Amino acid sequence: MSAKERPIISALVNVAMWFERRLHLVKVWKATGGHPIPKSSASWFYVFGSMTLLCFSIQVLTGILLALVYIPSASEAYQSLEFLNFHQELGWFLRAMHYWGSNCMVVVMALHMTQVFLWGAYKHPRELTWISGVVLLVLTLALSFTGQVMRFDSDAYWGIGIGAAISGRIPIIGAQVVNLLLGGPIIGSDTLSRFFALHVFVLPGAVLALVSLHLRLVLLKGINEYPKPGVQVHKQTYVKEYEEMVHKDGMPFVPNGFGKDIVANGLLLLVIVGLAVFIGPKGPEIPADPAQVISEAKPDYPFLWLLSAAALLPNGSEIILFFVFPAIAALVLFGLPFFSNVGEKHYSRRPLSVLIVLIVYLTIGMLTYAGLTGPWSPHMDAWSGTPTKPEFISARPPLELQGSLVLQVKQCRNCHAIGGEGGHRGPDLSDVGMRMNSSELVRQVIQGGGNMPAYGNTLTPHEVSALVAYLVSLRPSNTVPAQNPAIPLRTDRVSSGETTKEAKTGG
Amino acid sequence: MTSNEPENHPPASPAAEKYSTRRDFLLQAGVVINAVAGFMIGIPIVGYILSSLIKSTPNVWFSLGPVSNFQEGAMRMAVFLNPYHRGADGDTARITCWVRRIQGDQFKVFAANCTHLGCPVRWFEESQLFLCPCHGGAFYADGAHAAGPPPRGLYVYEHKVENGELHIQAGNLPTLASPS
Repeated sequence: MSAKERPIISALVNVAMWFERRLHLVKVWKATGGHPIPKSSASWFYVFGSMTLLCFSIQVLTGILLALVYIPSASEAYQSLEFLNFHQELGWFLRAMHYWGSNCMVVVMALHMTQVFLWGAYKHPRELTWISGVVLLVLTLALSFTGQVMRFDSDAYWGIGIGAAISGRIPIIGAQVVNLLLGGPIIGSDTLSRFFALHVFVLPGAVLALVSLHLRLVLLKGINEYPKPGVQVHKQTYVKEYEEMVHKDGMPFVPNGFGKDIVANGLLLLVIVGLAVFIGPKGPEIPADPAQVISEAKPDYPFLWLLSAAALLPNGSEIILFFVFPAIAALVLFGLPFFSNVGEKHYSRRPLSVLIVLIVYLTIGMLTYAGLTGPWSPHMDAWSGTPTKPEFISARPPLELQGSLVLQVKQCRNCHAIGGEGGHRGPDLSDVGMRMNSSELVRQVIQGGGNMPAYGNTLTPHEVSALVAYLVSLRPSNTVPAQNPAIPLRTDRVSSGETTKEAKTGG
Repeated sequence: MTSNEPENHPPASPAAEKYSTRRDFLLQAGVVINAVAGFMIGIPIVGYILSSLIKSTPNVWFSLGPVSNFQEGAMRMAVFLNPYHRGADGDTARITCWVRRIQGDQFKVFAANCTHLGCPVRWFEESQLFLCPCHGGAFYADGAHAAGPPPRGLYVYEHKVENGELHIQAGNLPTLASPS
């Protein structure tokens, strides 16, 4: 039996050795998958890098498959997306995988970056590994933004419009930058084509190049050992210490250090498939037709926090948000491994770093949440579509009822909620009668101010009276109306004289 | 690699200098040839990339239809085909503007793009306001800034009335850098 097999085996070995002598595969393996890593670095915290790479691989695979059907033309992109969703066999699944793969890539990359930061892995001698990682973050966000344009619906269209509006704020060369961004005078086919070229050729190519550099640096400089509190990084001794550690107490990455990575990657795959199957692809929403002026132009998750910041920062600070802030962020991220290069790596000895991470996560998290709810956006159809709860109408004199109609018909509720229903751009009016007296309300309605337009030219005097009578009445029962703070509170002024008079006239 | 011949000679010998001069010449010639070729390829590539900048696309005059389409004292939406559109643009060639006929031949034509971040503003007849759905910018009927984050009033297209038709001058996406 074995004698019979032997010639086959030796033939196979000969073939293998023929390739080995030409390709030096053993050497390649030893330098890559089999490279030695510190035993301590086989940790659950060290799995995010390979997870990011997995996401990118999913994006490349599903992206190529989507490109088989997708048509990058402003006149046909939308139909080709509908075709993918509803006609192409499993097209919806690939679109969903690509969409959720992209979101997961941003999240996992952020986790990877956070871990690298908190575990001090960016310190000497891994500065370039960190810097190439920062470039990869920028490229990934650029892929995410350009990918959102591929979903050529109204959100994509007006999203580019936002990009153009931001570029138009650049001093001196703003108009030229807008033109280059759009590939012409308007958002059209040339715009989609250049975003397509960026999304499928330029940016993925750049990511591949940068990932190669990133992994090469990981192999050259080694994986960061799991830091111990109290152990300092010294530029003169670190490399030697690390080499000794790996030599004395190291193990090959595959198979010894690979187990946790492969488990985490498998779980991530399940999560992406689960999101794709149970939530499905995003959009396309209504077509990219500029004549349909009903878009809110909400960007995808990775950019919601920027939208929120643009909405919440004081007026006129956009230039800081869009130009100064990115410049500072770039300076901090690229400069980090230079101004924090040595010393402690363990997060328990770096409270400032932990604080920074907490602040960044809380800020982006809260802004993203705010972006999801978008309280600064008027509800464009609240005036015609949102009902008023009975308690805000029932048992009221006719003037107040007229006032409630004015409130509804004049679109006040697009920005003002009553009983929590309506827009949240302005204050909820459910108990405005407790906060403002009638003269204050008249002034506010007629002159506007504090982010409210003036309605002096829009409302007749009678409409103002009715509206104000209604607003004054909006307060919990058994509470007095707001008083003029300059006049001491007197019980006989509880019901405002002028309101009563107007009520009589109006009724 | 041919041989180590030059190294076999004493470095100072005239023969070695002659060899090295010929090699230097080849190297220099190679650099020059490739630089020339590089420019011949590179300049057209840069020109191609910047072509949209080089090609001037001024706003042009075109008609929005007869004046009678617009009711006096009212605001209405008008959709026009962008003068620079081409077939592949599809729906995106259709640009929206808001036309207010003040009286007779007095008009005001606004771009739909909010001056804050370019979202499409919508006209609300009852409150006589433009509202932006993104960040709640508001504008009055004359285009002036009413409330919210926009840094200025709505972008206004140049207009004129000729032969009973309303003409506007448009073609470029209005932004703060090139308001109309």
